[in-house]
Amino acid sequence: MKEHIIVRIVAKFFTPFIQLFAFYVIAHGDLGPGGGFQGGVILGASIILYVIAFGMDEGRKRISQKVSDILVSTGALVYAGIGILCILAGGAYLEYAELPLGSHHLASHLGMYGIEIGVGITVAFVMITIFFETAKKERTDS
Amino acid sequence: MKFIQELPVLIIVIPLIFALIIPLTGRLNRLIPWIIASTITFFCFLISISLLMTVLDTGRISYWLGGWEPPWGIEYAIDYLNAFVLVVVSFIAFIVSLYSKKSVEMEIDEDKTSTFYSVYMLFITGLMGIVITGDIFNIYVFLEISSLAGYALIAIGKKREALVASYNYLILGTIAATFILIGIGYIYMATGTLNIADLQERLPALFHSKMVLVALAFFTVGLSLKLALFPLHAWLPGAYTHAPSVVSCIMAATATKVGVYAMLRIIFGVFRIEFDIHFIPIANILIVVSSIAIIAGSAIAITQTNLKRMLAYSSVGQIGYIVLGAVLANQLAMTGSIIHILNHALMKGALFMVVGCIVYKTGIEDISGLRGMGKKMPFTMGVFTVAGLSMMGVPLTVGFVSKWYIAVGALHAGMWYLIPVIITGSLLAAVYVWRIIVNIYFPDELPEQALQYTDGGTEITDHESQYSEAPWIMLGPTMALAALCIYFGISATAPLYVAEKAAVMLLQ
Repeated sequence: MKEHIIVRIVAKFFTPFIQLFAFYVIAHGDLGPGGGFQGGVILGASIILYVIAFGMDEGRKRISQKVSDILVSTGALVYAGIGILCILAGGAYLEYAELPLGSHHLASHLGMYGIEIGVGITVAFVMITIFFETAKKERTDS
Repeated sequence: MKFIQELPVLIIVIPLIFALIIPLTGRLNRLIPWIIASTITFFCFLISISLLMTVLDTGRISYWLGGWEPPWGIEYAIDYLNAFVLVVVSFIAFIVSLYSKKSVEMEIDEDKTSTFYSVYMLFITGLMGIVITGDIFNIYVFLEISSLAGYALIAIGKKREALVASYNYLILGTIAATFILIGIGYIYMATGTLNIADLQERLPALFHSKMVLVALAFFTVGLSLKLALFPLHAWLPGAYTHAPSVVSCIMAATATKVGVYAMLRIIFGVFRIEFDIHFIPIANILIVVSSIAIIAGSAIAITQTNLKRMLAYSSVGQIGYIVLGAVLANQLAMTGSIIHILNHALMKGALFMVVGCIVYKTGIEDISGLRGMGKKMPFTMGVFTVAGLSMMGVPLTVGFVSKWYIAVGALHAGMWYLIPVIITGSLLAAVYVWRIIVNIYFPDELPEQALQYTDGGTEITDHESQYSEAPWIMLGPTMALAALCIYFGISATAPLYVAEKAAVMLLQ
């Protein structure tokens, strides 16, 4: 894709906007349509777009295998960890209202927010990992 | 004190969290994943024991996730039946992960070790989740977690055939899961609830509805496929044969048992037995199918030359026993069926672990290659003999206890013609077990074949009449299971006590 200058410029130009939209969808999940899964897919797609335009090696420079592997686990751990924090705070598993964050209302909101972020991270990096894995296979076959 | 109340959710969340931590630690040291897996499954076993004790003391436990009251929220509901199955699953998971160290080192690539243990923990989480939850949609979610982990586990080894086996299982497993999901959809349409206890109350008023009939049909076919009941068992032999030894152990000992649990829960817990009898003859159909499973599974096992494939077909036969006991729907047969969940997990787990030891030591999977193995690996073969005798249902072993209960239950139900089926199944089991025992202990004068013997992956040249026992880390867990096969065969009071209570509860 080196010679496709338009594709590369457009991809580079759009990536931050797509990512901003992804964060909006993740952050908006507990109040309106959207959420961690949808936002995560958009975030993953932005990076996939970048890799398609600039190639695997350039993409791996930005997000190494190690980083994406760690983030895949971390996102889900954020989810499970918030659940455990709720137990430690005296509630049932995932009973956000019991988190010591001011009012019950605010605690519910922030708890759900945290979980959406966790889901978003995992989904985004699973998408990226799947993309890299399938792309890698094709390369060794040819 | 606080944590005691939270145990029902911790038994799911702790292995889930560590399934995610294992790939992070696997980069540091390849021993850590094994240590974590063994410790955590042991921890789960302790939790499940404590849950069982609580259930026996105080009755049904209900845990509300997120503090939402059922039927609106998701409920984890633990009664005699699932506390019992939970103990079986977590115990086998612990024993198999202890055993797995050497076998995984040999059969799975080094860079995949931490992935293997991560997926293994996810698999266990999924199975325990199916058992513990009191929400029918949650059953589907956990079923998918365990199935997806299962496909990956089968394919993770070095054998290329494993990919095909895993793919077959993927297709059939997905069909099964879809059927179950459609069934859930129909009863949700009919009742508007997903909570099992709530469904149990609402469904009797709707028994005449065609929608509920269709739902039961979808459930029956989907679950039969998942637990490999005879005509729908096609995925099982390939999956068990080509998977790495450790995966065969854990799947044979727990996955189908959890499928049986789901069937018991849905056919007897969600629908009632009077529905099955008065509206469609589903019990009669399943009696015929499971009788065929007992005979056909055992008969096909006799013709196999590959040891793992033989054990897989024998599993098909044994699942027939469990389903047969359940659908006879009287207390004795149901008790036999529930206790056979434990008994079959013990003996099939032990047998597959023996195969794992043999593969580790010699690389042989063929029955003809076992000639004279009794001298080489006396302890391993001792375990095989004990577990094999259990499979036949010889008195003083666990197999006898469950078959006795199922047979007496069949007489109680007035179905004397099932006794020959049960006995034929046992005789056929005697044939396939004896064929191997003869090979092990009474080598004839044939010269040793020019088989390539290996020791833990490295080839050895002089192998004749060598004493070369499997390492203790593999042998210990295997012998523990064999010891339990005998212990629960002689004194089955404890499991029978729980199984009887569970049977009474299901049939009331």
